[in-house]
Amino acid sequence: MGKLLIKNGRVIDPATRRDGPADVLIENDTISAVGENLEAADAELLDASGMVVAPGFIDIHVHLREPGFEHAETIETGARAAAAGGFTRICAMPNTDPVNDCATVTGYILEQARRFAVVKVHPIGAITQGSEGKELAPVGTLKAAGAVAISDDGRPVMNARVMRRAMELARSFQLTVIQHCEDLNLSAGGDMHEGVESVRRGLGGIPACAEDVMVARDLLLAELTGARYHVAHLSTKRSLAMVAYAKSRGLAVTCEVTPHHISLTDADTLPYDSNYKMKPPLRSAEDVAALIDGIAQGVVDAIATDHAPHTGYQKMQEFERCPFGIIGLETALAVALDRLVHPGHISLLRLVELFTTGPASIFGLPGGRLAPGETADVTVFDANLEWTYDVNQSFSKSKNTPFHGRRFRGAPMATIVDGKIVWSRAPFVRTAAAGGEAERRQAPAPSAILSGAAGATG
Amino acid sequence: MTGVQTCALPISRTILDRKPKLERLRVAIIGDIVHSRVARSNIYLLSKFGADIVLCGPAPLVPRELGAIAPGVRIEYDMRKAIEGADVIMMLRVQLERQHETAFPRAEYFSFYGLTLDHFELAKPDVFVMHPGPINRGREISSEVADSQRSAILNQVENGVAVRMAVLERILG
Repeated sequence: MGKLLIKNGRVIDPATRRDGPADVLIENDTISAVGENLEAADAELLDASGMVVAPGFIDIHVHLREPGFEHAETIETGARAAAAGGFTRICAMPNTDPVNDCATVTGYILEQARRFAVVKVHPIGAITQGSEGKELAPVGTLKAAGAVAISDDGRPVMNARVMRRAMELARSFQLTVIQHCEDLNLSAGGDMHEGVESVRRGLGGIPACAEDVMVARDLLLAELTGARYHVAHLSTKRSLAMVAYAKSRGLAVTCEVTPHHISLTDADTLPYDSNYKMKPPLRSAEDVAALIDGIAQGVVDAIATDHAPHTGYQKMQEFERCPFGIIGLETALAVALDRLVHPGHISLLRLVELFTTGPASIFGLPGGRLAPGETADVTVFDANLEWTYDVNQSFSKSKNTPFHGRRFRGAPMATIVDGKIVWSRAPFVRTAAAGGEAERRQAPAPSAILSGAAGATG
Repeated sequence: MTGVQTCALPISRTILDRKPKLERLRVAIIGDIVHSRVARSNIYLLSKFGADIVLCGPAPLVPRELGAIAPGVRIEYDMRKAIEGADVIMMLRVQLERQHETAFPRAEYFSFYGLTLDHFELAKPDVFVMHPGPINRGREISSEVADSQRSAILNQVENGVAVRMAVLERILG
């Protein structure tokens, strides 16, 4: 593999609070030096002038659909989409077919990831067998097999007693319990946020309190059991306030927010366009403002995409019939810059934190740091690059996104995993090869964006 | 559910058959503690003798509050740590008849809370195993352990009869 020198970038490392111009030298799969004016005669060069060099981004909430739904996404394609979004490490939700509720499925996901994924993949195990909410899954065995947390994402644990037992068990195995908070009785029949827009359109509503009542219940259970508890895709003002309260009481509680929940409201949705249908639904402008404020105040621990691929034929149905969920890996950083950094709500350092140390600390994952001795997982991004998202160029097998054709300012530029460039953006490429579909399936050759010793001129 | 009145007596008799004294033992009690009267009797008695008692089992069967019922008691969910340096290992069966729910994943019980020969290497060289019975081979205790030289289980049964005969004689005679 050799050496790689990332020159002239602005290095942001939340763990050490570093934010300033520096070069990063990578030797094999490890960061060997971070500092100004580094030289390494035998290293390949990557010119990051005008760009941010950050620890590899981590997305703790992704649906890779494999095994069972390979028509919508595979571990390979999902991982490629992740790399194109600047992510070096992703966590796969267990709602596959079969559900990841046993060591065999966990092992299968890890093996497929080892063979086909360009980024690191961590499986999340189920809380209950088949995610049916009844019998507990073998949580300790799942952890031993490689699961980093447990969740019945998409199928919230409705039985409070089962949830209590799951929390007790998870605590004894030092695992975080993730809940998709949705009271299924309250949300039944709903397709969008309950409010003026839902009644205007004649669509069933999912009230904000469908989320709030489960967050409230679970926070009480977290206090009872002492478990580490994480609220997935938190979307309402009240849930956020409750999490803030739980944190102020010292509970081991965390939450994540998705890019779409801070950028779109129920009123923004194109009527009956299934690319705006997901759970939790796009909420009110008041909720969106509260989430952004929660991010700025430090209540929110991470941004996570809830990347949820569904094929065209599934989404091309009546709004009430199509499945919930949108893809989001490739647009997450751009949306976050757009909504959080450019309007001045948070600093770039805080943004990087939300994609690195924030998510890493929720499950105790490795990574998220950019310092000598750390594994060389690095994300290079340009906070100001103007570009337009074209979902037809997506690495994901599915195209269900509300952000197609959206102009953004700021984008991932290169993604480095274990010292290897696994993805880079075309404008960054000095000798760009026209990217046809067949070529895009393979990671761009690292040499394409490098100026080696005998290589291209600056 | 408190202790069984005479329960701790045969247990102390059995310990004294193998150890010079009851004082300051390092004891690991493993299994379904919350439903066990035997465990409570042992905890109350051994605690009076200054024992260092470690309770271990699936979290729903070993609530944190048990750590406060007597001095010298602590909770450990990692069985290997619970057994480290133990003088005595007391195994308990899971009392499913007292439970109205699946409080823990049964399929992995033995992997995490079943006693096997390997565990002895973590304990004191003269460690021995007790179990109030009935035992479930392959569930909370392996057959090799149950039939090993380190098993005091049958001795415990014998002492149970003898000690209660003595108690009855004392009361009636």
